[in-house]
Amino acid sequence: MSYLKPSFRHPDLPVNDLGYTKKNYEGAISTLCAGCGHDSISSAITQAIFELSIAPHNIAKMSGIGCSSKTPTYFLGNSHGFNSVHGRMPSVATGANMANRDMIYVGVSGDGDTASIGMGQFTHAVRRNVNMMYIVENNGCYGLTKGQDSATSDVGSKSKKGDPNPFEPIDLASIALQLGATFVARSFSGDKEQLIPLIKAAIAHQGFAFIDVVSPCVTFNNNPGSTKGYEYVRDHLAATGTVDFVPMKDEITTSYEAGTSQEVTLHDGSVVHLHKADSRLDIHSRRSALALIKDYKANDQLLTGLLYMDPDSQELHETIQSSNKPLRALTELDLCPGNKVLTSINASLR
Amino acid sequence: MTATNTITSVNDLVIKFANVNGSGSASANNMFAKAVFRMGLSVSPKNIFPSNIQGLPTWYEVRVSDKGYIGRRGGIDIMVCVNPQSMAKDIQEVSPGGFFIYDNTKPMDLRLLRNDITFIGLPLMRICLDEYNDDRQRQLFKNVIYVGALAALINIEFDVLTGLIADQFEGKEKLIAPNIHAMELGFQYAQKHYQCPLSISLQRRDNLGDKILMDGNTACGLGAVYGGATMAGWYPITPSTSVVEGYEKYCKRLRIDPGTGKNNYAIIQAEDELAAIGMVIGASWNGARAFTATSGPGISLMSEFLGLAYFAEIPTVLIDVQRAGPSTGMPTRTQQSDITACAYASHGDTKHVLVFPSTPKECFDMTAEAFDLAEQLQTPIIMLTDLDLGMNDTMSDPLDWDDSRQYKRGKVFTAEDLESMSERFGRYVDVDGDGIPYRTYPGTHPTKGSFFTRGTSRDEYAVYTEDGSEYEKNMQRLLKKWETAKKYVPAPEIIIAEKGSSIGVLHFGTSTDATMEAIDYLTRDGLAVDSCRIRAFPFNQEIEDFIDSHRTVFVVEQNRDAQMRSLLVNDCEINPKHLIPVLNYDGMPITASFIQGKIVDYMDRAKVTPLRKDSANDNTANL
Repeated sequence: MSYLKPSFRHPDLPVNDLGYTKKNYEGAISTLCAGCGHDSISSAITQAIFELSIAPHNIAKMSGIGCSSKTPTYFLGNSHGFNSVHGRMPSVATGANMANRDMIYVGVSGDGDTASIGMGQFTHAVRRNVNMMYIVENNGCYGLTKGQDSATSDVGSKSKKGDPNPFEPIDLASIALQLGATFVARSFSGDKEQLIPLIKAAIAHQGFAFIDVVSPCVTFNNNPGSTKGYEYVRDHLAATGTVDFVPMKDEITTSYEAGTSQEVTLHDGSVVHLHKADSRLDIHSRRSALALIKDYKANDQLLTGLLYMDPDSQELHETIQSSNKPLRALTELDLCPGNKVLTSINASLR
Repeated sequence: MTATNTITSVNDLVIKFANVNGSGSASANNMFAKAVFRMGLSVSPKNIFPSNIQGLPTWYEVRVSDKGYIGRRGGIDIMVCVNPQSMAKDIQEVSPGGFFIYDNTKPMDLRLLRNDITFIGLPLMRICLDEYNDDRQRQLFKNVIYVGALAALINIEFDVLTGLIADQFEGKEKLIAPNIHAMELGFQYAQKHYQCPLSISLQRRDNLGDKILMDGNTACGLGAVYGGATMAGWYPITPSTSVVEGYEKYCKRLRIDPGTGKNNYAIIQAEDELAAIGMVIGASWNGARAFTATSGPGISLMSEFLGLAYFAEIPTVLIDVQRAGPSTGMPTRTQQSDITACAYASHGDTKHVLVFPSTPKECFDMTAEAFDLAEQLQTPIIMLTDLDLGMNDTMSDPLDWDDSRQYKRGKVFTAEDLESMSERFGRYVDVDGDGIPYRTYPGTHPTKGSFFTRGTSRDEYAVYTEDGSEYEKNMQRLLKKWETAKKYVPAPEIIIAEKGSSIGVLHFGTSTDATMEAIDYLTRDGLAVDSCRIRAFPFNQEIEDFIDSHRTVFVVEQNRDAQMRSLLVNDCEINPKHLIPVLNYDGMPITASFIQGKIVDYMDRAKVTPLRKDSANDNTANL
């Protein structure tokens, strides 16, 4: 197992529009188990942000506690990161976002961190439509404390210890839809082709963009009988379709047969194109997404892909009408009313 | 019924209003207090309210003092009872020689009569029934009518009252005339039926200079505006709610960008106290000034995050408006009982900087200063105020601001700093030897200055480590920072008696007014006492020296367990026997007579010349 990250890179590494190579987007070497799904997600995040040509220091990485929440160390080393407390990342990310609306916020959490201890904060970040991408690296168990069932574990799913989980699972994608999330997707850590464009679309989206990524725990929940292991997930995967993310500057070249695709233009002119595998899905309808998730689940299938998005989403800064300039950039001149005003306030208090 | 002996006083009284909550009495009672204030007299109103919205007994107790005392006095000279629910108890509470003013529309239960007080009946309900057709008007004007009657009974200048009505209904001028009319109805009734004024009355003075009348919570909110706070995360809880409401009120007036009409602030009502402080920490981490306000139960919930802010060294401003605990306790009663919980909030070796304001002006000043302190020290600053100061209109010196003042943002590296550095940036390197490292705001520089903020142990470069010696080094640095904090926090206020004394009293926050009044009485009775007002934790050397230089030291506080005393014993390594607790914790603001009594009792036991215990209640002494 490697414990040192080689610093050598191919001299002709491709550069993005900012002149950065992928190396500028990498982080420290991962200390997760070899084969952990989370590492694939880190790599997908790195790739997506590199391709989007976002300067790494304009991103803030936010996480809670757990294996998933450790991962922001392993990507975007030139970005500030905040590994907060268990289940409380949404509030810290909300505050950070309020301070500076010009940065991009990447939240990484786990199923324990979000669906159990952090359920309260998660739901409220969703309903406030905080402008951020929120990824749950969902492995159905508590990895860092050695494999206890989590709240997303399916009924009857067996972890390494062999006891079937007796409790109803929480489906975070459905919950997010019900709470009014303005972008909801599901993916699988083993499917980068699907995940990378979803991450790009989530980052370009104005508002709370939620991606539930099933990400097997190779050590504690990858055994026969588990519904969150690689084999089971691969065998039961279905997708809403293929997503293309076309940045504003690029021309749209692909064309699809009428009725099989849906196109969403984002606030910045980028386009998300969904080539549908199931024509029943309308990505502007929460009801359609919720129904399809249920239908597939009834057939023992996990529906992945883009499920819902609202291109007219109004993010929190717009709702509360906060200044266009980042709040943290305001100075005494903008903030302090001065002594003359105080004199008149005094007069009103006599 | 008229008692033969009545209390006689001018400008020295305690009047208590017994009302039903939700009946609109608050604005009439406030008007009464403000009228006294506008007559140039010291006034201290205390709202004694239930944790309820409508229908339960609520009281408003107002002290007027010619000598300028604004602590609670105790003893009721005049009771204005408009709530039959509490009448029996209210009658019992009046001091002998006092007056009981009540609604006599319905006959009173004669068993409740006392012959040592004077009963004054006003047919409030009858007057309203005759005068108004609408139920809501009948209820609201009833309150205004008794204020009008009081104007006659204790000699409040009628012009002052009409001026207050005009101020109150500015913009709703239609309401001015009917309110003045209601006041006249009360005034005329009292004048016609009773000999006015009573033996207790008011006279205009010029005792106040440029004083203002303001509640501490609003002052905190305004302090946050002046201190440059741009983000408030909060969760409603009595008695702290009006801090953020005050902040919002002034932001709406003073923080709208003139160009865009947008808000130069963000207020988020959180889902709970955990999220409230989480938002504050996130915003502060990202370079904004942010704060939250809460009370005891919120402190318990915020403890986890306070530990993170301490260990990850993130500026955090938290205003704790204390109420009576433990648990839900008495949510609408005052106490100073979160001291230990705040000082050591969170698990592990954690301690926090605390500041203790005593007046609305200090609420304003300390809130603004808390942002400087938090950013200079990169740690939570917890301001401990309480319900008494926070929610009651309190007389105070006026607020002022030095326009040349600049915010002290602490040690922050800019992109230029990072660019010119030859060495590697280390978030937790003690560059200056004061325990305070340099931070960078996220997004400062494309390739330099980024770091990972975490609640886990890390080395000086913010890299995760479980190396015991690195951990220890960091904990030692935090301790050094704690020592540095002593130089930054507000110094104590020490007052030495004319010839000095071997007896000292330590006090803080809302125990101060009553303590200073008690010291006056003790001095008058021949016992000189020195005093030291604690304004912050960690304690600096002056406090230790004060304790060392006095043979007997009392610590006055409003909790059961002598929490400030414990902190002193613990932090200054003081022999507990040296510190004598004076503790009031019934949920009502502490009184001078209580403090005086405790000190006298102790000195008596210590075989010192007996002294009078209770001159605070002795009205004749003040004539």
